[in-house]
Amino acid sequence: MAKVVVITSGKGGVGKTTTAAAFAAGLALRGHKTVVIDFDVGLRNLDLIMGCERRVVFDFINVINGDANLNQALIKDKRNDNLFIFPTSQTRDKDALRREGVDRVLDELRQQFDYIICDSPAGIEHGAITALYFADSAIIVTNPEVSSVRDSDRIIGILASRSRRAERNEPPVELHLLLTRYDPPRVAKGEMLTVEDVKEILSIPLLGVIPESESVLRASNTGTPVAFDSDSPAGRAYLDAVARFLGEQREMRFVKPERRSLFRVLFGRA
Amino acid sequence: MGLYELLFRPHRHSAAIAKERLKIVLAHERAGRHAPDFLPKLQKELIDVVCRYVEIREDMIRVNLGKSGETSLLEINIEIDGAKPILAPALGLAGAATAGSRAKSG
Repeated sequence: MAKVVVITSGKGGVGKTTTAAAFAAGLALRGHKTVVIDFDVGLRNLDLIMGCERRVVFDFINVINGDANLNQALIKDKRNDNLFIFPTSQTRDKDALRREGVDRVLDELRQQFDYIICDSPAGIEHGAITALYFADSAIIVTNPEVSSVRDSDRIIGILASRSRRAERNEPPVELHLLLTRYDPPRVAKGEMLTVEDVKEILSIPLLGVIPESESVLRASNTGTPVAFDSDSPAGRAYLDAVARFLGEQREMRFVKPERRSLFRVLFGRA
Repeated sequence: MGLYELLFRPHRHSAAIAKERLKIVLAHERAGRHAPDFLPKLQKELIDVVCRYVEIREDMIRVNLGKSGETSLLEINIEIDGAKPILAPALGLAGAATAGSRAKSG
């Protein structure tokens, strides 16, 4: 049975699209047929992060409106056969994302895929609500910072009251906390909320901690999901999070300051 | 401030302040999240009715929706301690300190 996973946060700029791309890539690497959908109508960006911006012909809204069929719009990733990208439209009509249409498209995707990753827009408006409405599982992307934590709490409340599972009195959407842009040296100095602080405040299970890492910007510069960069701390942290999502036990890495060797201090970071 | 305090002043980390502030604001917001939309209007109309009999201020009425096991409880607390009766001594409210009223719903 296909699983619909929404990547959401409330606040913008915390790493939703980076996470959606990395998570979808990670699931595909583990052999699961995965599609990642951009729900941010009007502000398409997933295509750039996935590196397929020049291959977009038809989009989500075209398929909803019946102007194209699903297989015309899906873009197959060139690095992994299990991975597909479903770009959104650049239209300024924000009501184009009709709920019945989305429902129909998701039903069709469920026939073909194991995982359907929905990259939510920021905010709590129509697009964000539509992205989370059909979710079986939600990954709440949070930065260790007050406004992000507050907005995550708001989104958790919305998932509990306005998702389809809530409306139908079905088992609730499974919630996972993903802490991103974590900076262990600053945490050690008491300048940043700790993993434990955020876990305690939001009280949902922790899926992973992604350290602040140069590799994230490098990945977006080149249009490569960071999970494909398995040498980088962020890439490895995402692969760990995917493994935990699939039910494996993995120790949390990158939560303590890295001990830098004299060699590294003298000759720069590897 | 003496030299000693200047040098050894207990320093409070900003992350601890962030955590404290978040806990307070979220406790407040979570409490308001499950309140049905009609509560503010109900509170206003209750004030109007009670005001016909005793002089009360807005903050003397508290309307809460809670849960007790399976039943939802609509709890209305009206503080009338020291409130002046308007017309009727016959209402028998003059001596009452606090009137608590509980109504069941749902």
